[in-house]
Amino acid sequence: MGYPERVDPSDWVDRYGDYLFRYALLRLRDRSAAEDLVQETFLAALKNRETFSGGSSEATWLVGILKHKIADHFRRQAREGSLPDGDPPDRSGDSPFNAAGRWQSGPVDWGANPADLFRQKEFLDQLAECLSDLSPNHANAFTLREIEGLSTGEICKVLNVTETNLWVILHRARMHLRRCLETRWFLRGTGKGS
Amino acid sequence: MVPARNRKGIMMLSCKDVTQLISRSMDTSLPVGKRIGVRIHLLICRFCARYEKQLLLIRETVRSIVAEEETPEGVSKELLSEDARGRIRQSLRSR
Repeated sequence: MGYPERVDPSDWVDRYGDYLFRYALLRLRDRSAAEDLVQETFLAALKNRETFSGGSSEATWLVGILKHKIADHFRRQAREGSLPDGDPPDRSGDSPFNAAGRWQSGPVDWGANPADLFRQKEFLDQLAECLSDLSPNHANAFTLREIEGLSTGEICKVLNVTETNLWVILHRARMHLRRCLETRWFLRGTGKGS
Repeated sequence: MVPARNRKGIMMLSCKDVTQLISRSMDTSLPVGKRIGVRIHLLICRFCARYEKQLLLIRETVRSIVAEEETPEGVSKELLSEDARGRIRQSLRSR
């Protein structure tokens, strides 16, 4: 492997800027917030250059700093945006279930090989749109779990919720996303989407 | 909501219960009784079976796209704007 690569800080933006920006944007879905976190990451890296052990690549080291910045951002949003009991009220009438808990209109068949239908760039755009319908805490919980791949224990600490709370939040987020993606992908053009 | 029990005492789970448990099973392992209850329900309910399949497909798709996005080529092709580049360069120089 040889010595790990190190780039002079004046070249950081050209070398790592787009990569870190994409990483942040995928998780924050907000360009200016993503730009800010990239900047904060470089500044923190500059200040703590001696913590770069050389055990990993410089890119990995920078992403590690960015991950902390993203968690801080979500933590701040959780503090600022949380309602007294942590969850937005359930919009009744929006439930796919009847009073007995049975589907009123169940999931639509997505076809034999739906993975082919998820062309990556478009899926990413649709996912971002569907996530933006959710409250920040719901979207952030999903992001931390499915995009960032954190354990539920770690997410509870970031969002300051109990594990039971988090299960409810993730359940609602998944329920919404499934239906949203179905409407946008599978019912588009059929006039059935609402 | 407390699920009803049938004559044999097996938990009768509604679709609403099952969707909650499917989500939870993606984050933690379910107690054995609940796990069996869900499996039985999925055998007889095509909507819930479809629901589980689709949630797992979404998870799988998200994971593969995230992995792809983190390669040098990426998926989104998003770039830091010239403005932001300039701003960040400036802030690095002033330290």
